Amino acid sequence: MKHSSATDKSSVASAGVRTASIKTSAVLGALARVLALATVAVVLLVVLLTVTGQRTGDALAALVNGAIGSWYAITSATLVRAVPLALAGLAVSLAFRAGILNIGAEGQLLAGAAAATFATLAAPQLGVFVIPLLLIAGCLAGAVWAGIAAFLRQKLGVLEVISTIMLNYVALHTVGYLVRGPLQEPRHVFPQSFNIDPRAQLPVIIPGTRLHLGFALAVVIGVALWWWLRDRAGGFRLRAVGTNARAAASAGRIDVARTTTVAFLASGAIAGLAGATQLSGVTYALYETISPGYGYTAIAVALLARLNPLGVLVAAVMFGALEAGANAMQRDAGVPEVLVSVVEALLILLVLAADRWRTRPERKSTTEVGA
Amino acid sequence: MVATAFRTAVVIFVAANGPVMTGSADTMKPALSLVGITRRFGRVTALDNATLHVQPGTVHALLGENGAGKTTLMRIAFGLLQPDAGTIALSGHTRKFTSPSAALAAGLGMVHQHFTLVPAMTVAENVALGGRGRFSMKEWAARVQEIGQRTGLVLDPLARVSELSVGAQQRCEIVKALARDVRVLMLDEPTAVLAPSEARELLRWVKDFALAGHAVVLITHKLRDALEVASNVTVLRLGKSVLSTAAADTDENALAAAMLGSIRVPDSLKSAVDEVTTRDELAGADRAALSVPSISKSASIKHSGTFKTETARVVLRLNNATVRDQQNVMRVNRASLEVRAGEMVGVAAVEGAGQHELLRVLSGRLVPSEGDVQLATRIGFVPEDRHNDALLLDRSLVENVALRDAGSREGRMPWHALQRATITIIDELQVRAGGTDVEARTLSGGNQQKLILGRELADKPEALVVENPTRGLDFQAANAVHEALRAARAAGTAVVVYSSDLDEVLSLADRVVVMHAGQLSEVAADREIIGRAMLGA
Repeated sequence: MKHSSATDKSSVASAGVRTASIKTSAVLGALARVLALATVAVVLLVVLLTVTGQRTGDALAALVNGAIGSWYAITSATLVRAVPLALAGLAVSLAFRAGILNIGAEGQLLAGAAAATFATLAAPQLGVFVIPLLLIAGCLAGAVWAGIAAFLRQKLGVLEVISTIMLNYVALHTVGYLVRGPLQEPRHVFPQSFNIDPRAQLPVIIPGTRLHLGFALAVVIGVALWWWLRDRAGGFRLRAVGTNARAAASAGRIDVARTTTVAFLASGAIAGLAGATQLSGVTYALYETISPGYGYTAIAVALLARLNPLGVLVAAVMFGALEAGANAMQRDAGVPEVLVSVVEALLILLVLAADRWRTRPERKSTTEVGA
Repeated sequence: MVATAFRTAVVIFVAANGPVMTGSADTMKPALSLVGITRRFGRVTALDNATLHVQPGTVHALLGENGAGKTTLMRIAFGLLQPDAGTIALSGHTRKFTSPSAALAAGLGMVHQHFTLVPAMTVAENVALGGRGRFSMKEWAARVQEIGQRTGLVLDPLARVSELSVGAQQRCEIVKALARDVRVLMLDEPTAVLAPSEARELLRWVKDFALAGHAVVLITHKLRDALEVASNVTVLRLGKSVLSTAAADTDENALAAAMLGSIRVPDSLKSAVDEVTTRDELAGADRAALSVPSISKSASIKHSGTFKTETARVVLRLNNATVRDQQNVMRVNRASLEVRAGEMVGVAAVEGAGQHELLRVLSGRLVPSEGDVQLATRIGFVPEDRHNDALLLDRSLVENVALRDAGSREGRMPWHALQRATITIIDELQVRAGGTDVEARTLSGGNQQKLILGRELADKPEALVVENPTRGLDFQAANAVHEALRAARAAGTAVVVYSSDLDEVLSLADRVVVMHAGQLSEVAADREIIGRAMLGA
């Protein structure tokens, strides 16, 4: 048995070299992925436009202009739209990484927005310090909303997929009640809240654009999450639990219930923050329709990024660009926005299929025998 | 439309039953012939011109180390994989199976090493699974009962599989195959999960089944089982069929030599043969113990040099520990045990006697509902179900090593140190792996187990609890595991080892405790006495 020692050592050494090259190639690979996806998205769109008999050239031009055609389009359309997608996407990817299928980012986002609306009422007393207050209120409300599902899961074994979806409706209709009741605008005509105090509006981070502080928050949280998951013991615990909870408990002696609950609450908090920033950075008032399904699109964003927080930021910008472009396409070329939704859905299916293909069973059996 | 359906039915019927009608000349032909089978996976040749002839009315043992290609060969015969070269013949007729259902239709059945039952369904539903047309619980229940009466594999057709014992699940797997009227039955390590008594019963059944005119292929690691029930033996090594002989013309030594081959270094061959002779000696000791009922005699057979346990400190102590499961059933009943540094305590038990819970209490993974437990702080644990309880299959080896202290670690992950620790484990335990960053999934079972052992022993734990440590491993890997366990004991670790293979317990342990129906008792390290205690006799 000793004879193979030398070869084993050299194979380990060469594996080390391979590791380094894998890491550089991983970055290149991610870039290639984004480019490939963007290309596929455009091709799909062209096909759809042609099939549905639209003027392809005009529509595409409107789309590209609306998304990246100008400095203003990039910052005030694409990136602004990317903020809630990025934050909610980070929320989803954090939960999914821990093995929790949190489909409730939408409801948690709405809860965050509603709580933030309440918090703005303190503006006369707090001045600009109302901003941290409303952000924290958003986080807490999102965490509480997720906490209901976390509690049901932990104590009663209720599947979080079901409970979070149901809670989305509860949140939606609660907001509907609030904007027709306690928070309704002073004239009691429209189903929306009062306009928030100007001191509660998030500051713009690039003058002359609409890009608000929420974007910086999303980037900071994305990078922090990425680092935390990779380098911190707590992040490793979360990933271990998400990969194999039984082994995490048995071999790692990890408190699985605690880890998943904390991840669930943190996920809700980030989604709640998405709602708070959307309210105080973009809409300045609470509407029932404050989120056109950001919490659901966020699932797509997270999956597209393979649950990598840095990838979520990139994917969110890509989706932000698509939605900004779609908006412009509808406005300038009269092409229905829904075409872009079809493209988004097809992209998700493609990515999922590609991942399945990569890890298909035939390949697995090959490696098993080879080892 | 009716006519078309009828024609189709006839075609299917003829296709399915063609070979049956070809007359008596076939009775002399092998029931199953695999000739010159070659199969490559990428650069690895899993099967290299392998040949196997199984005569009707016999049990044919297929032996070989892990990775020798036994399972791959059976998967090819069963239509799960296609060969790159070679032919498959049933009763002399060349066949080509593109799917398991085609193989089943031709009378070829396979029982996989890992169960393929749906736990939430009843026995009858599981047996019916894969059939066509309407499902009638009544008909299939009657079918299961009829098979039970005919073959002795008695099962309650309406019982849920999740409520069955492992032995009964194994019977259910076989009944599933028999319900398709198979004439050739391939069993992949059928006794691996069974308690000794259940295993014996199954092997006896296999023999009877063959005597009734069927052909059986029995894949096994256990040479003794093979020689006991098989008329013929084929040994695979590195994908080649290196030995094919009548069981009567060979013995355990010759088979072990064929399995390990001459290209191995003498050391490992020697240790493998040593193990065989040790087992023979143990069998001899059994016979001696029958006539001389002396506890000290059998205990003194082993490890005379390593006994210092009376003076060493107690590392694990249970005092009247009681464990109840979620249904409030008592699994461990007031168990008391002391394990001292530097000793190896063997646990013997039949399946489901409470040893599962006992080991988890001892390793600190389970807090008993009553009783007193004093445990060392650093306890390594090697559970039997490594895929579910010990490994992150989709993660790198480094991350799997990092899992060890994950629960109590604070701050940053020391990835560089963990990478070095992984390399050390790979070197010391001879783990064959394509680097430290490959997924744990890519390792063979033996190498996964060595990695787990290395991880659990890395910080020189005060105690180590292992459960079926060599399940599914080949000779060499099993030997390496045994060596590592003995080395840990020599280094002062208190070791508790449970194995469903009583010979393994006896060959490793300094003293043996037996679990029976939740009761723990210490008995003399004597095969006969332990065997009786396991059955509560």
